Formats: sequence, structure tokens, C-alpha cells
Amino acid sequence: MPVISYIDAVTMALREEMERDSNVFILGEDIGRKGGVFKATQGLYEQFGEERVLDTPLSESAIAGVAIGAAMVGKRPVAEMQFADFIMPAVNQIISEAARIRYRSNNDWDCPVVIRAPYGGGIHGALYHSQSVEAIFANQPGLKIVMPSTPYDVKGLLKAAIRDEDPVLFFEHKKAYRSIKGEVPEADYVLPIGKADVKRKGDDITVITYGLCVHFAMQAAEKLAKDGIETEVVDLRTVYPLDQETIIESAAKTGKVLLVTEDNKEGSIISEVSAIIAENCLFDLDAPIQRLAGPEIPAMPYAPTMEKYFMMNPEKVEKAMRELAEF
Amino acid sequence: MENRHKNMGLSDETVLAMYETMLLARRIDERMWLLNRSGKIPFVVSGQGQEAAQVGAAFALDRSQDYILPYYRDTGIVLAFGMTVKELMLFVFAKAEDPNSGGRQMPGHYGQKKNRIVTNSSPVTTQVPHAVGIALAAKMEKKDCISFVTFGEGSSNQGDFHEGANFAGVHKLPVILMCENNQYAISVPADKQLGSAKVSDRAIGYGMPGYRINGNDPLEVYQYVKEAADRARRGEGPTLIETMMYRLTPHTSDDDDRSYRTAEEVEKAKLEDPMITFRTYVKETGVLTDDREQQMERDIEQLINEATDYAEQAPYAKPEQALDFVYAETEQEGTR
Repeated sequence: MPVISYIDAVTMALREEMERDSNVFILGEDIGRKGGVFKATQGLYEQFGEERVLDTPLSESAIAGVAIGAAMVGKRPVAEMQFADFIMPAVNQIISEAARIRYRSNNDWDCPVVIRAPYGGGIHGALYHSQSVEAIFANQPGLKIVMPSTPYDVKGLLKAAIRDEDPVLFFEHKKAYRSIKGEVPEADYVLPIGKADVKRKGDDITVITYGLCVHFAMQAAEKLAKDGIETEVVDLRTVYPLDQETIIESAAKTGKVLLVTEDNKEGSIISEVSAIIAENCLFDLDAPIQRLAGPEIPAMPYAPTMEKYFMMNPEKVEKAMRELAEF
Repeated sequence: MENRHKNMGLSDETVLAMYETMLLARRIDERMWLLNRSGKIPFVVSGQGQEAAQVGAAFALDRSQDYILPYYRDTGIVLAFGMTVKELMLFVFAKAEDPNSGGRQMPGHYGQKKNRIVTNSSPVTTQVPHAVGIALAAKMEKKDCISFVTFGEGSSNQGDFHEGANFAGVHKLPVILMCENNQYAISVPADKQLGSAKVSDRAIGYGMPGYRINGNDPLEVYQYVKEAADRARRGEGPTLIETMMYRLTPHTSDDDDRSYRTAEEVEKAKLEDPMITFRTYVKETGVLTDDREQQMERDIEQLINEATDYAEQAPYAKPEQALDFVYAETEQEGTR
């Protein structure tokens, strides 16, 4: 099985879906000739032409809104927001429109659109090229939010998102683009949206996280294993709606749960995970639910000192895991 | 009075059908106010004074294939595209059988897929990029259909108008943007809304022709929309048409317009009411006889009475139906 990078898995999924279904097309800023600012769409313009690989005006609400319109009449658009931070002008289109089209029309209309965006920090992106924006969208029934951690998951979940009958936000960690590599089958496959994945089995503590932080948890788990502490790592993969069953099962099994996100803590995805565990697992818990997250400041500063202070890393995760194990 | 429609290639029957659709829209609107004021329906958003532009435009489109993205005053347009009086009444009574939303949305938020009436929301002008997306899909698939989207002059200040219009201009998409300039955004008059003299002036910024026309004249609107539709179908891109009219009622049943405009102003505007001026036209050109008119009024009244009775007696959705259709049903078990 070939080993490819996270971003190449994005490109591979897009290419295969565009080859499979002529209704699939992609649109966004600089995604055509340039192949995207991160090169996620490299080679697609050459292969599919400018009709299906659309360089749009610098205009995020139109990118989302035009994609929504096309999706409503049977196309399968995949819109790219150049950075998750720049999705803000499109929030009205995503929340007031895409998320509600099926519901408000009593199932008469639907909106099978995918909106991809690179998120996350640790790449000297400062306030407006580093943010995690998932929590903004994670209380909007009608939306699905997918945040894969591995190239294998990227390919299977992006294909599933494109084939999904409802709007999907697909957030890709930009630091993972080239730093994370993994085995990806050349064959066609899809992974289920709405299902978490247990990336490592263990009996002593559970870490529940998503995106790049999954890798930090896996690295830390290796170290703890040398000291005889077995960690279960649950990768949420879909952060909305959450896979309650897998969360509850793992929390009940180990009784010690650490939740990790790169986002700010208050009102984050892991806040909801925490509430699910609190509601369902009170008598199974052997320690208070722990949350490890970014500080309560608006976003990640530029200077390396402050960026590092904000950013999640394996050491921070390992420290929190050891503390929980010793509780 | 000069017969103008013959030279435009419009038959007497078509012009009569236009008048009848306008009249139907007006009578439905009037009935909705009565129902509201008698406590039977909670809310009305009105289209009185805008019927000429709506119906003139709708008749200029290909009603067998074009997509329309109406805004909340467009009763005339949706009627012309096949929504029935009964369906409109089910909508205002918020009954389960309402094809727009199954009783989920406030009145005026039209949507009916079988007639290509695209579902709409309350944040204004979000439908402009959708119309552009539908036009993009039509162009990609080399279909002959176009999209037609309406909005008020206040709405033309929203980013989505400008982003959508620009996108359509760049890609020369088959879409018609029609502003129904009724001169008020709730209480704020157009001169406090628009930095430019006209909404149509905005067209030049997006590489499309822009026209300001008389929205009280359905024939003029028909002519301009037809030309825009022909252009769009020839692959020559979008057109912006600003139709001038006056909102004859308050913004909605919850608004009192006496606080921001004078009764004299409204009375003056009523002299230009298209229901009066176009009636004069169809009568004086012999398109509508007295007998036919009386019959038409009786038929419309009966239609509205029957629709009102039906809708009033129709059942509401069951409470737990509020849970349906968040996601595609086939996937619901997996995602809940």
C-alpha cells in the first residue's frame, strides 16, 4: 500500500470523485492554475479543465452560496475556503442556508455541498491563518463536520462527504498536510461519517481528540506504554454530530478521560464530549473529566514564543495523560 | 388607448391571463389581511403594488424549465409558476400539507421543487448567489434554462447581492437579477439606502447591463425581462433590472407605516396602483369585457373561499414531526 501525505490524500479523493461522477466540481480561490495555495488541487485543472475546476473571485460568501445553488439542482460542488479563518463571510450561507435547506423545505429541497477548509496552527500563521473554527458550526443541526487525522481517513471521509446527501464541512489540519504521512489504498473506499475511530486500544485511560492532536496523543501513548500505562485513543473524526456510542463506551471502560483540542476550551467540541460523558458515565468515572485546550485568548499570536505557548504539542498531552493516570 | 401588446407579439389571451394572475395575487393578499385582522392567521407579508412587475416578469420566462428564486412578496411570481391558491392558503395557515415548508416557515418563504421555485430564507438576498449557482449548473450542463431572482432595493445593499452579481458577471452566467424597488426597506426610504442614484447603476460594476423601468407596467417589465432572458439563453450573461413601484401596505401585519410615511404619500401612490392602471388598459383595449371581468371576480372569490376553508380545516403537523428531515432520512439512524 503506498504511503502518501495527508494533502495528497485530499487531492486523490477529489480526483477519484471527479472521475467517478461528472456532477462533482470544485471551486475556490487560486485552486485552478495554481492548484491551491497549499497545492491541494494540484493537477486537477489540467485534468478536468476550468469548467470543473473554477477559480472564483475573492468572495467567500459567493463561493459558498454559488456552491449551494448548484447543489440544489443536482451538482456535487466541493468549495474550498482558502483558510478556515476566511470562512466568516460565508457563515450566513452555511448556517442560514445550507444547514436549513432540507429542514425548511420539509425535505423538498436538499443541499449536498462540501466545504473544505484548512485550519489549525503551528505554522507561523498568526491570528488569521491558524484558527480552529469548528465550534462555530457545531450546534447547527443539518450540518456535518468532519476533521480527519490521517491520510487514510482523509481519503475515505472526503469521498463519503462528497457522496453525502447533506452539507458537510471538511476541515483539514494544515500542519498535517505535509508532516503526516500514512498508507492509503489506491482502491475506492469510503468511511462512515458520524463514526469515531479507536486509534489505539487501552484499559487505563482514554484520550478523546481529533485532527492533528490525535498524533500527539498517539506519541504520548507510546511513552506511557513503556511505563505500563495503556491508553485508549479515540479519534472523533466527525465532530458534529458526535458519535455518542463510542465516546460513552470508551469513557465507561477506562473511567479516566482526557479530552484534547487545539481550540479554546470554553464552548469547544470537547465541552460537548465532556457533557455526554457526564450525563452517561457518572458512576463509571474514577477521575474528573480532564480538558486540555488552548488558552482563552482570541487566536494564536505570530511570535514563536507565544505561538508555542498556545499550540498543542505531544509534551502537553503527555503531561496531562500522566496526571490523569496517577489520579 | 393604444394597443401596445400586439406589437410585442403578445396575444389578447396572454395579456388577459397576466391581468387575471395579478388580480388573483391581489385578492389573495387582501384575504390574508382579513384573516390576520380577524385573528385566524398570525402574520402577513404583503405584495400589494408589486403584482405588475412580478407577473410581467414571470410571463417573460420559460415557465416549463426556468428556475425562480422569489423573495417574500412574490405571490404573483409563484402563482404564475404553478403554485395554487390552496397551497398558498395552506402556507399562511401553517398546515402540514403546505408544499413550501410543511408549516415550518413564516408565510412568504416560498419553495416548491416541482415548479422550480427555490426555497428561501429570511436573511435577505442570500438567494442571489444561489441563483448564480443554478445558472452555473445550467451552463455546465449546457441546458437551455436560466435562473431568475428577485429582491428589494434595501436588499441590494447586502454583500450577497454584490458577491453574487460579480460572480455572474465574471462567468457570464444565464441569470436575471430583478430588483423590486418599492421605495422602502421597512421604514427606511430608498434615499437613505442607496449611495447610487439607482439600483440599476450598480450593474456596470459587475459587467452587466442595468435598466430602471416602470414596475407598475407589466408590459414594460415583460419586454425587458424577455430581452434579458433571450440574452441569457444566447450565452451573453446576466442582466440587472430595477422595477420601480410602491409598497402600498405596511411592511408586514406587524408594522404600522403611519410612523414613517404620510397618508398623503400613500394615497398618491395608489393612483399609480397597477391593479387600477392595468385594468384601465385591458378594458380600454377590449381585452377585458365587463361580463368577463365580473365572471373573473366571481371565480377568484370562489377559488379563494374554497382554498381558505380547506386550509383552515386542514390538520397541523404532529408536534414530533418537528424532528423530521434534519438530514436525509436514509442516514438518520447513523447520524443521530
